[in-house]
Amino acid sequence: MSDMTIKKVLFEPVANNNPIALQILGICSALAVTTSLQLSLVMAAAVCLVTAFSSMSISMIRNHIPSSIRIIVQMTIIASLVIVVDQLLQAFAYELSKKLSVFVGLIITNCIVMGRAEAFAMKNGPIMSFVDGIGNGLGYGAVLIAVAVVRELLGSGSLFGIEILATVNNGGWYQPNGLLLLPPSAFFIIGLIIWGLRSWKTDQKEAPDYKMKAHVTKEAF
Amino acid sequence: MFEHYISLFIKAVFIENMALAFFLGMCTFLALSKKIDAAIGLGIAVIVVLGITVPVNNLIYTSLLKDGALAWAGYPEVNLSFLGLLTYIGVIAALVQILEMVLDKFFPDLYNALGVFLPLITVNCAIMGAALFMVERDYNFGESVVYGLGAGVGWALAIASLAGIREKLKYSDVPEGLRGLGITFITVGLMSLGFMSFSGISL
Repeated sequence: MSDMTIKKVLFEPVANNNPIALQILGICSALAVTTSLQLSLVMAAAVCLVTAFSSMSISMIRNHIPSSIRIIVQMTIIASLVIVVDQLLQAFAYELSKKLSVFVGLIITNCIVMGRAEAFAMKNGPIMSFVDGIGNGLGYGAVLIAVAVVRELLGSGSLFGIEILATVNNGGWYQPNGLLLLPPSAFFIIGLIIWGLRSWKTDQKEAPDYKMKAHVTKEAF
Repeated sequence: MFEHYISLFIKAVFIENMALAFFLGMCTFLALSKKIDAAIGLGIAVIVVLGITVPVNNLIYTSLLKDGALAWAGYPEVNLSFLGLLTYIGVIAALVQILEMVLDKFFPDLYNALGVFLPLITVNCAIMGAALFMVERDYNFGESVVYGLGAGVGWALAIASLAGIREKLKYSDVPEGLRGLGITFITVGLMSLGFMSFSGISL
């Protein structure tokens, strides 16, 4: 990667190398918070900050970490940053932190943070790592927000809690689709997003595991 | 009392399934569910690790970190619960390492079967998630043992059945863009719908 520019590092993960859709990272803690757009925005911002700052700090000390204990060092840095985020949320947005419940804590085991620390920050300088962290956070946030818009708009007829489609319960016309508030819908929506993304960027398609042989008619003898 | 534990177990396995209802442990869930043998091996490793780490974290939380828990040491007003996240991940990483060494020494067969998966488990969100849920729901020691085992069994069940489906799915003609990850997500969604029909069961 000799042609690395800040812009490329920042925007590459959003569409071309999306952490969720292509690298299969960080789906774990994400999907449960996408029932509302507000929670998803907070979650995306938290992941963005943690990834950026952990990548930066790990990159700064990367030449001093013995490789046998690097995982523990990375874990400690990430866990401390997540504690800071968690305490900030509890101090300034207590209601939100109650709703996010355990999922803020689960940023620690979010594979994006670890993955970027291991794959990018251990090899590159602090500024690039910071930008890479922000970029991957944005890629994660983009998918999260796309899912949340669909789920909240069609599931409860509102965005940010403000009513957009007047629901039947409030005397409107829209019959909310309750399935979209339940866990299975998140899987369907991500599946469809991946389908869309791969039809657009055709080089991301996976090769088939199994190919049927062409039918050959044999002569009798 | 006994019924309470059974009810908790059933709830942890079916109704609040770690993978299908809370999306926990998704990375390994999707990445390692191509072969049924590997999936079962990983499932067993998760059951073992969850069954040990949740109770241990429970002991540490109630006797060291909780508000006022240090009263026995003469510091009744100390509240260390903000250190929770760092402690749980440390405990999990250390226990997985110890488990690996113990298995290597005393049960080499089991070690060879699980060996590859054990280090991966440290960063499996299901393990961390179970510890955090245990704290949030204020389980006591007995409940945390049952909850840990139940959550592990539920996760193992989910990954084993997904691997079974994917082994068959390999031979089907999936649209190009949906192939691989996309169709797996849709499959998991359908499984999750199926598991939702368990909701409402209580003993």
